[in-house]
Amino acid sequence: MTGAHAAFRRLTLGLFLLAGLCLSSAAVQASVQATGDFAAAVQALDAKRFADKARAIEALAATGHERSAVILRAMLDGRLYYRKRDRRVVIAERLEKGFRISDAVTGEPLGEVGKRKVKKISINNKLRKQLRATLARLSLSHRDPRVRRQSVQEMLATVSAAAVPTLERALARETDEEVAELLRTALALAALDSPDREERLRALRVLEGNIQPEVGNRIRRLLERDSDAAVQAAAQRALTAIESKLKFYEFLETLFFGLSMGSVLLLAAIGLAITFGVMGVINMAHGELIMLGAYTTYLVQLLMPNHLELSLLVAIPAAFLVSGLFGIAIERGVIRFLYGRPLETLLATFGISLLLQQLVRTTISAQNVTVANPQWLSGSLEINAALSLTYNRLYILCFALLVFAALLLILKKTSLGLQVRAVSQNRAMARALGIRSGWVDAMTFGLGSGIAGVAGVALSQLTNVGPNMGQAYIIDSFMVVVFGGVGNLWGTLVGAFTLGVVNKFLEPWAGAVLAKILVLVFIILFIQKRPRGLFPQKGRSAES
Amino acid sequence: MLLARLYERDRGGAWLLGGLLLAAVLVPLLNLAVPEDSPFHLSTYTVTLLGKYLCFALLALALDLVWGYCGILSLGHGAFFALGGYAMGMYLMRQIGERGVYGHPVLPDFMVFLNWQELPWYWYGFDMFWFAVLMVMLVPGLLAFVFGWLAFRSRVTGVYLSIITQALTFALMLAFFRNEMGFGGNNGLTDFKDILGFSLQADGTRVALFLASAVMLALAYLACRFIVRSRLGRVVVAIRDAEDRTRFVGYQVERFKLWLFVFSAVLAGIAGALYVPQVGIINPSEFSPLNSIELVIWVAIGGRGTLYGAVLGAILVNYAKTYFTAALPELWLFALGALFVLVTIFLPRGLVGLLQRRRKPDKPPPADTAGETRAGEGVP
Repeated sequence: MTGAHAAFRRLTLGLFLLAGLCLSSAAVQASVQATGDFAAAVQALDAKRFADKARAIEALAATGHERSAVILRAMLDGRLYYRKRDRRVVIAERLEKGFRISDAVTGEPLGEVGKRKVKKISINNKLRKQLRATLARLSLSHRDPRVRRQSVQEMLATVSAAAVPTLERALARETDEEVAELLRTALALAALDSPDREERLRALRVLEGNIQPEVGNRIRRLLERDSDAAVQAAAQRALTAIESKLKFYEFLETLFFGLSMGSVLLLAAIGLAITFGVMGVINMAHGELIMLGAYTTYLVQLLMPNHLELSLLVAIPAAFLVSGLFGIAIERGVIRFLYGRPLETLLATFGISLLLQQLVRTTISAQNVTVANPQWLSGSLEINAALSLTYNRLYILCFALLVFAALLLILKKTSLGLQVRAVSQNRAMARALGIRSGWVDAMTFGLGSGIAGVAGVALSQLTNVGPNMGQAYIIDSFMVVVFGGVGNLWGTLVGAFTLGVVNKFLEPWAGAVLAKILVLVFIILFIQKRPRGLFPQKGRSAES
Repeated sequence: MLLARLYERDRGGAWLLGGLLLAAVLVPLLNLAVPEDSPFHLSTYTVTLLGKYLCFALLALALDLVWGYCGILSLGHGAFFALGGYAMGMYLMRQIGERGVYGHPVLPDFMVFLNWQELPWYWYGFDMFWFAVLMVMLVPGLLAFVFGWLAFRSRVTGVYLSIITQALTFALMLAFFRNEMGFGGNNGLTDFKDILGFSLQADGTRVALFLASAVMLALAYLACRFIVRSRLGRVVVAIRDAEDRTRFVGYQVERFKLWLFVFSAVLAGIAGALYVPQVGIINPSEFSPLNSIELVIWVAIGGRGTLYGAVLGAILVNYAKTYFTAALPELWLFALGALFVLVTIFLPRGLVGLLQRRRKPDKPPPADTAGETRAGEGVP
């Protein structure tokens, strides 16, 4: 519905632009240039007859004054009035009773007035068309290149030979390379309709490999109606180039989605890689620690409703602490008694996961809660017409890598990391050398859990936050750790990104659910082949 | 006689079989013979509930056989149960015939609804009871065979095995949720009418299903008991306690494990097949990993490695579940979670272990070497 609407608007806009161009007869222009006065042109908008108003609009546009676009926009929106007292043209903003007005020429505020003191400068449909067209033309020469780009973009769909002089003029004074490129595209599109065969061929050469969606459509239309063999061949070539380029960008986009999914998996799995990989503890409550992190984000946002932009930055350490403390409590309270009995640990921590879920359900809500997304995370990075990357996914990708690097540093460069590695390699020997293995266990578990909490903060920006959200990640995270190889952080990194990318590449032809099933089956088969994962830990024990 | 002889060697088992015999006599009497207004009358609802518990007990028995005796902690036994259930559900679906909402002579309602023109090939044959029964055992057995063959051959053990069995049931759940699979998608199979010509709503059929569950449980118990008492059972226990040593002694560990795993999966499939006609529905949520892991806790609470303990645990936990979810629904998950934690820490051998400890206080609990242990990981 909205798509059709937008297309229709673009179409009408283009048509009106042309109408406006034709209307600008030399006589009117000359007369206004004679007066040459912006203020007078504005004043002339308040004419009795529509024909005079039309002339005044042209005159105003011709002055090139920077406020003319503002005034015309106000006129189009029905916000342009004149004060009855002195017939001064004003821009009015409707209030409860009366209007707040400002001078149209200078923009200087003139206070509030009653309803009866001003009168609207009325327009009819013809003027409305003219106004839209004039505004589009004005925006082509707007100072801001973004506005110019927008207006050329809107013209692409309907551009025709009539617009060529305006476009050429715009191109001649264009300084922004990107807008100039778009203008050249628009000119070439217009040339596609040219009766001259050479002209069309030249245009096709320009358009070859151009991925603006309009270009493809126009060339396809040309293919249908043009009978010239050379043009046909050139059009076909141009289209093939466009399609292969589009395919390439589609590939890049899928890759990005895959990496994004991989980063989520990495965040979810990396805490597990520590507790499972380094300590050999199966923590089925890991998903719930992620959930606690997400709920911490929610609570932080509740506590500081006026600083939404900052809330995430506060939530990251808060979630690390909350989940970390829960993790330490779990380790000291339960897992401590179960070292060396992995199957029992699995069951006990599963019980803990049920407890935590039910705790959240009874204390907060059984329903999903909404976590707000700050402004700086919304929107997307537009690389070109075919490829745009959403900021939240991009940031989370970077964030996941950052967390990974931080964790690697902690394990490799700090004394805690050294002790963790020592205990994980040979507990008895480490104890003999004076390492408090109990303390190291608690800290390691706290670290892994805290990172799960941080993952929860990131996930709260991508998915629903609810009591069950942890369960969605637990199996995937285990798959990542097992696939990558237990006890190897790099394996987790490679595993997460591989699984994410494979999943996203399978999705287009298998569907999301089937892709997931295929990946699971693949991992099950993979484990048969390499039971210790991609990067197995080397050891001497026959048992492993 | 037989029970008395059994009592001398296996007290728990004798109690179990005695109890089952008693139930098999009393339940039909109290339901069918005692008039409805009598305080001793047993409602058909209760009969079905008891039948359901027995199916769960059978499932727990199947898991105890592999976990308690062979150390294979399968977190995917729910999948075998559900597959058996689906096979039975397909038979019951075909029995509906023209009585469905759309009245199609061959196609089940959901296929008509999805605009399918003909029966998928894998639905052929399910209109015959013997074929369905064969499939109830064959499908879970075959899956267990393929999966086990792959897993045991490459020596996937301990928690790795647990996690990939969990992934297996998770993948199956996702698959069965898809409408295109042809198993009713989200809603599963339901709205059954009759089995072997008897209406499923009739009291007599319900009692018969209860009896069938009781008989099956008793037979399965005796079969499992026979297996674990045989020479094969002793090898299996040896595998549980020291897999590598058993392999070095010269036994083909994989074959023993595979055989036991397949047998256990078949038992689970039979349990599912008995379960479905009693509850009247089978849907993909039966595959959910939570179900499989709940099953593990039944066995853990009862006491693994005892067989009758698993039966006891399944019945007790499910009775508690029925009670709690009706009386205090919020508390049930708290209670279940707490059970997981408390049982693993304080009752490593379950309720049965508690009873035995009372009788013989100085017998040390067996060391748990069921999972993998890496060098230096044990805490003194």
